[in-house]
Amino acid sequence: MAILALDNVSKAFGALRVSQHITFDLAEGEALGVIGPNGAGKSTLFNLITGNLPVDEGRIEFLGRDVTQVPPMERCLSGLGRTFQIPQPFEKLTVFENLVVAGAFGNRLPENEVSDECADILVETGLIGKANEVAGRLSLLERKRLELARAMATRPKVLLLDEIAGGLTEGECHALVATIQKVHAGGMSIIWIEHVLHALTSVAERLLVLDFGKVIGIGDPDTIMNSQEVREIYLGIDV
Amino acid sequence: MIWIDTIVQGVLLGGLYALFAAGLSLVFGIMRLVNLAHGDLIVMAAYLILVLVTLLGIDPFLAALIAAPFLFGVGWLLQMHVLNRTLGPDILPPLLVTFGLSIVIQNALLEGFSADSKRLSVGQLETASLALGPVNVGVMPLLTFISAIVVIVALNRLFYSTSLGRAFRATSDDAVTASLMGVRPQNIFATATGIAMVVVTIAALYLGTRANFDPTIGPARLIYAFEAVIIGGLGSLWGTLAGGIIIGVAQTLGAAINPEWQILAGHVAFVVVLLLRPRGLFPRAVD
Repeated sequence: MAILALDNVSKAFGALRVSQHITFDLAEGEALGVIGPNGAGKSTLFNLITGNLPVDEGRIEFLGRDVTQVPPMERCLSGLGRTFQIPQPFEKLTVFENLVVAGAFGNRLPENEVSDECADILVETGLIGKANEVAGRLSLLERKRLELARAMATRPKVLLLDEIAGGLTEGECHALVATIQKVHAGGMSIIWIEHVLHALTSVAERLLVLDFGKVIGIGDPDTIMNSQEVREIYLGIDV
Repeated sequence: MIWIDTIVQGVLLGGLYALFAAGLSLVFGIMRLVNLAHGDLIVMAAYLILVLVTLLGIDPFLAALIAAPFLFGVGWLLQMHVLNRTLGPDILPPLLVTFGLSIVIQNALLEGFSADSKRLSVGQLETASLALGPVNVGVMPLLTFISAIVVIVALNRLFYSTSLGRAFRATSDDAVTASLMGVRPQNIFATATGIAMVVVTIAALYLGTRANFDPTIGPARLIYAFEAVIIGGLGSLWGTLAGGIIIGVAQTLGAAINPEWQILAGHVAFVVVLLLRPRGLFPRAVD
């Protein structure tokens, strides 16, 4: 059953059409990778899903409910968790406090009911050693882990990861992918925008390719990566 | 000996200035809103306490206790329905709106209470004093200073040990991201202004019992509050107390040398700190 479904979703900024008739489903427990050249409308797609940008036309269904007009916070409360391309931790809060705020307010629960879970998430994401560190002092990898951990603390049903592996060294990338694989193995549905393809394909069961705001292919990673159109448009290979 | 006495009196006066400043610091720290009506809100609260004392025949302390929750509500509504609309990337709208609010409050008080100066009476406490070693300190100044410390300890505890405090700090850091985590910045800001108004009530109680007040003295109180906040470093509550003490001590030392120098000495101390440490003594906020 689809946990998230976009039907004919479009968005334009003036004459620039950043999303054009986007239609796809995300099955429960599925990991969907999103690829496409810079400016293809990948982050816009996330902004449309989270409600940070209103859609011009089309319909977004989440958990079987039409959320097209639902404000971003309510979408978060109903289970859409998101990480940002450029990590945006609460810099002056400790790592643990970052999670507790997300866990308590994201689930409308008192802090003492979410603190154990937040500690577990810190263990899972490899940040437990930094729990009391002020987030502003973290390294890039740690900030990316915190983005992931904080999104998880809101108990999302779908996790939207926006270029979470970007800017990391090879070793750091492997460590992060292992964490995401673990989270996904626990049954989390994921949509992951990424340029680091080997990281993406090691988790994603399907790939969706965007170009100029249009879906030009969706399917299993091998088929997509071998598709002539994708290779021409996305990889720039003249076949 | 007279110098020790002067400095002690200055430190105690600093407690009053810290109370003026704590609410301003709280609101600025969380939402980067400079409330130009802060001094007038203190004066308005003093009149409310006066009205309660006159109407109900109760003690000013009890009147302040009754006024505090009411003023929390006033602050909450003011932020929710007026000031929240002014917040954004442009810093001018909140300045203009609070400046306008300041004029409205002053004129409304003038209309309602005339330009006559008033005072809150606490009976024998006004003249009561304690001998602390070689120095005699007034009970009311001491109570003012202790209240300032209690307020700052309580606000710090609220900020760093409660769920609401973490939401305050998260929203102050990044309101958009906080809203994606389920925090409602509009509510958080309204609650912060409500709490600032409770601090304003406490400041008003001691303002009214220490000296006379009339509808026009708000802006001068705002200046002391500003100076204390800036000396301390924007957003730092303990810094605000330090700022208040520096102004208080400078004023009493100035007055000891020449009574005409009292106010001037406080402003000079402010300028000197600003020249030496432009970001204040304990800067926290990063603009």
